[in-house]
Amino acid sequence: MSDISLGSSVAGVPEAAPRQPPALTTGPAAWMRANLFSSWLNTAVTLVMAYFILRWALSFIDWAFINAIWSVPNNQTQACRALKGSDHPGACWAVITEKHRFILFGTYPYEQHWRPALVCVLFTALFVVSAMRRFWRWELAIVWAVTLTVIGVLMWGGVLGLEFVPQERWGGLPITLILATFGLAFAFPLAIMVALGRRSSMPAIRVLCIAYVEIIRGVPLISLLFMASVMFPLFLPEGINIDKLLRAQVAVILFAGAYLAEVVRGGLQALPKGQYEAADALGLSYWHKTGFIILPQALRLVIPPLVNTFIGFFKDTSLVLIIGIFDLLTAGKTAIVEPAWQGFGVEVYIAISLIYFIYCFAMSRYSQNLEAELNRHRVR
Amino acid sequence: MSAALAEGHIASAVQADGPPAIQLDKVNKWYGTMHVLRDISLQVATGERVVVCGPSGSGKSTMIRCINRLEQHQEGRILVDGTELTDDVRSLDAIRREVGMVFQSFNLFPHLTILENCTLAPIWVRRMPKKDAEELAMEYLRRVKIPEQANKYPGQLSGGQQQRVAIARALCMKPKIMLFDEPTSALDPEMIKEVLDTMVGLAEDGMTMVVVTHEMGFAQQVADRVIFMDRGEVVEQGPPEQIFNRPSTDRLKLFLSQILRGH
Repeated sequence: MSDISLGSSVAGVPEAAPRQPPALTTGPAAWMRANLFSSWLNTAVTLVMAYFILRWALSFIDWAFINAIWSVPNNQTQACRALKGSDHPGACWAVITEKHRFILFGTYPYEQHWRPALVCVLFTALFVVSAMRRFWRWELAIVWAVTLTVIGVLMWGGVLGLEFVPQERWGGLPITLILATFGLAFAFPLAIMVALGRRSSMPAIRVLCIAYVEIIRGVPLISLLFMASVMFPLFLPEGINIDKLLRAQVAVILFAGAYLAEVVRGGLQALPKGQYEAADALGLSYWHKTGFIILPQALRLVIPPLVNTFIGFFKDTSLVLIIGIFDLLTAGKTAIVEPAWQGFGVEVYIAISLIYFIYCFAMSRYSQNLEAELNRHRVR
Repeated sequence: MSAALAEGHIASAVQADGPPAIQLDKVNKWYGTMHVLRDISLQVATGERVVVCGPSGSGKSTMIRCINRLEQHQEGRILVDGTELTDDVRSLDAIRREVGMVFQSFNLFPHLTILENCTLAPIWVRRMPKKDAEELAMEYLRRVKIPEQANKYPGQLSGGQQQRVAIARALCMKPKIMLFDEPTSALDPEMIKEVLDTMVGLAEDGMTMVVVTHEMGFAQQVADRVIFMDRGEVVEQGPPEQIFNRPSTDRLKLFLSQILRGH
């Protein structure tokens, strides 16, 4: 080899200064040019769409804020009805102002509403704490157990001087949160076991898991709920009565479990075979291999579909209305049955949608964060 | 590779007494109807270094993977350190603890750091205290010359570095036998040497090794015995000098001419 070193620049030639990218390839102006106005056709489509979106947005703002009525005295809804029929219609948020406690807490005794309110706060706090990675320790399980017990005590009462409230009178947001939280908290571990069982080398376990998934997945949630509420009690011996909410809860858990199991199985199958072999070759036992190598990787891979299923289930809990349980949506529907408030469904449904959206959007954003954080090891 | 070739053969440390480290008796295996291992009988003594070579599809990887039961043989017996491989989970775990394996595709655990990769099995299989396991892991990482990477993730390392971590990870279990399944086949040429050097170092320490490889330079420098397999059979075996310079079967001659042309 000669003495010429390739690394250094040739003497006398100044090194080029780092160049900026050409103008109009970055920044919002460039983005709009590339995505909205790249051709005559695109420009035309953009303008037409912008016109309709603006018009719709302006009239929505008119309706929802400018012309809206926020409260009415003593259920006197004439003003609202007059507004509805006028040339400048407006929302009657008075229905929310008036009925929000019924929508949120259903038929729970009015003077005891602080209890379900506290339950909602506790649930939300529990979600927030569980979401923080620095609290991911085994103690978190204790926090969950304690919080869920406190929630049960608050809802039922009958101890510590709290008035007993039978389950039939519960309703609204606490029901939705109870069904969703207990549902997913039990369905997720169940799903992992079933997903592992489906890949077991033991035929009996495998067949059982496949049968469970296929049967539950093959029927609609509504029919499962019907079975839980109507058929199941027929098989019980005389005198034994299992709470209706509990029966619905079990149906939700079984249903969510089957769907989540398939999601988890997808993650298990996506893992390269080499990971299983490397763990085997090191002499790790089945449970160590599964717990330290397989599940941590498989679950990370399926965070998007997992959260997708979570969000779907959060909303599917509203189906319990068909067996007469008062969740958030049913409470909202019932709130506008009263003659004075009939016809103001849009406002109520918008308010309820907003509550659902807040929880679902939070889940969605959190999952994106978690995904980015947990998959950091894949980035170089 | 050429550097390894130039040096002389490493003195063997084969111990004749005691049971063989690995013993295969008329082992047969089929994939469906395809007969991939035919009557393989083989003994590897403690401290012996065996290199297995042969064309692709000759069953050499399958054979080595049967030794720690990543594949199951259907006929014959395999004894490792005097214990027969059966369906008994406990004896299988015991054998796997004593047999380290290095894979062609490294198979590091990507979600764990290098150090965690190395300490996981000693902590949970050998029940070693975490601190001891970490010290041990650092010792082996120093030995494969990458202690400074201990807190990185496998994805941040080059292929050669990953394979050296894989070797360190296997060594952390203090195995009596090391199996290498084409450890350099997935590497870029400039990284092959660093991995081979690590393996040569291991051989110098007297480790019992079975290596499936196409690196003939490594075989000549390290191997006590070279086994040539073709179509699921052991066709020829002997010291490297005999296998490479005086092949007696046409199949081996053909194979040697092919790999020499390739180089």
